[in-house]
Amino acid sequence: MTKLNTASREKFQAFLDLAFKLTTRFFAFAVLALLAGIIIELFIGAMPSIKAFGWKFFTSTDWDPVNVKFGSVIQVYGTLVTSLIALLIGIPVSFGVALYLTELSPKWLKRPLGIAIELLAGIPSIIYGMWGLFVFAPHLADHFQPWLIDHLGPIPGIGMLFQGAPMGIGMLTAGIILGIMIIPFIASVMRDVFEIVPPTLKESAYAVGCTTWEVVWNVVLPYTKIGVVGGIMLGLGRALGETMAVTFVIGNAQNFSYSLLDPGSSIASTLANEFNEAYGDVYTSALIELGLIMFVITFVVLALSKLLLFQLGKREGEKT
Amino acid sequence: MEALKTLKPKIEVRNLNFYYGKYHALRSINLTMPEKKVTAFIGPSGCGKSTLLRTMNCMYALYPNQKAVGEILIDEENILDGKRDLNSLRAKIGMVFQKPTPFPMSIYDNIAFGVKLHEKLGRGDMDDRVEWALKKAALWDEVKDKLKQSGNSLSGGQQQRLCIARGIAVKPEVLLLDEPASALDPISTARIEELITELKEDYTIVIVTHNMQQAARVSDFTAYLYLGELIEFGETTSIFTTPKQKATEDYITGRFG
Repeated sequence: MTKLNTASREKFQAFLDLAFKLTTRFFAFAVLALLAGIIIELFIGAMPSIKAFGWKFFTSTDWDPVNVKFGSVIQVYGTLVTSLIALLIGIPVSFGVALYLTELSPKWLKRPLGIAIELLAGIPSIIYGMWGLFVFAPHLADHFQPWLIDHLGPIPGIGMLFQGAPMGIGMLTAGIILGIMIIPFIASVMRDVFEIVPPTLKESAYAVGCTTWEVVWNVVLPYTKIGVVGGIMLGLGRALGETMAVTFVIGNAQNFSYSLLDPGSSIASTLANEFNEAYGDVYTSALIELGLIMFVITFVVLALSKLLLFQLGKREGEKT
Repeated sequence: MEALKTLKPKIEVRNLNFYYGKYHALRSINLTMPEKKVTAFIGPSGCGKSTLLRTMNCMYALYPNQKAVGEILIDEENILDGKRDLNSLRAKIGMVFQKPTPFPMSIYDNIAFGVKLHEKLGRGDMDDRVEWALKKAALWDEVKDKLKQSGNSLSGGQQQRLCIARGIAVKPEVLLLDEPASALDPISTARIEELITELKEDYTIVIVTHNMQQAARVSDFTAYLYLGELIEFGETTSIFTTPKQKATEDYITGRFG
């Protein structure tokens, strides 16, 4: 009797295992299917625009609803430039914050500081947008931008990034706001991965005579590189897709200019501003194609980060 | 103790007390470790032997709630008074941990890393130094063809010897070993023990171990600690054959601990 019981119990458990495996597999593949569905849908929606403009969509700076001529250069430039500025500001600051929290801060300060940073991530983006427009942009226009125009403007090459009038709003402002917005994300991921570095690994680096900086730079960072790059990608993803705050401060001008001080547009801000009022197939479809490009940009960025990790791994010596 | 007086002292611990926050972990330790000899710390878990070891290169100073009071003289200079630069002090005192801790870099760089911090060596000199350290640690023959490989690709025993090589590459004067063989198989353990015996010609070695046979095999002097106090210290042969304290005898004969 008991033997039979255990046999049937084993069978039941095997069934449960199988059911569990199949359920989790279903969830995993559902995500994949969702992704494929979105891509296909975007493609179908973008088809009229793809047919009308072809490759010219990627090289044209036109954005002219009246004459139905569309190109993506303005929005792609705006998206990439603001995100790049955000990373230039966000990465070093986040690194410093995470470093201080894990290695240098006294114990009693760690928790309040950590919570404050997480709270920063919880502020709705519209608040950042309003603060950016009403407080930060005027300040920038009065004090910082004139200096940039006077001192960096005349330099050949990078000078063209700092032309125009100090209006406050524009791509630079949007980039800085984005930088502030992504700091909590990158910093909290970095802090979490720095914290999992085994203390003995750090101690052995101290034991050969490293300073804190040398330990972090040569041991902690290489050890946590996957997490650190992951955190940066999380921040970058947010910067690329952030809509509300950017729409507030970027200026929403559909004119192409290299200058960071000029108002511009990002993909997300264009979609937010114009989707409701778009008329005609081609206009709508051009907006959807912008969305598709955003998808591709995200994909390329992720691929590049994998490549970066691969290259970093090589420097560490081959694995057998 | 007679032999001890004739030897040149390298490390002298004087009236050392150690605190983890409020917990009093070491109580009035007095101990002299002679130059170019192996001194072993034995005792049951939590008796403070690792703590004592970690005061000798001020590793505890990384943690704000840990505090050492007293004196530790290395070459007659007190290292606990806070006047010494900890980085150069630690370069003089190598340390190897219980678990192997290769840095996330190649085998070559694992050795060269510490050297680069303190010396400017040309390419050729650095190659020589890496080879020298790996030979000293009896690892050269096993890794000479794969110096570019990751330190993590080695076996546990090889990783531990890599860590020892890394420790001696900086040319320290003292080597602190914190249960260096406890995570290793018997063959790797035997190699590490041979290595310790060879290394003591050049270095003053302090080893913490749970394994009393190991202490008996490799050390010249042995200290028995219990509950943060130094119970007995003397030549290893006399500690293991004619201990003066009953507690020591109980511990080494396995009646306790």
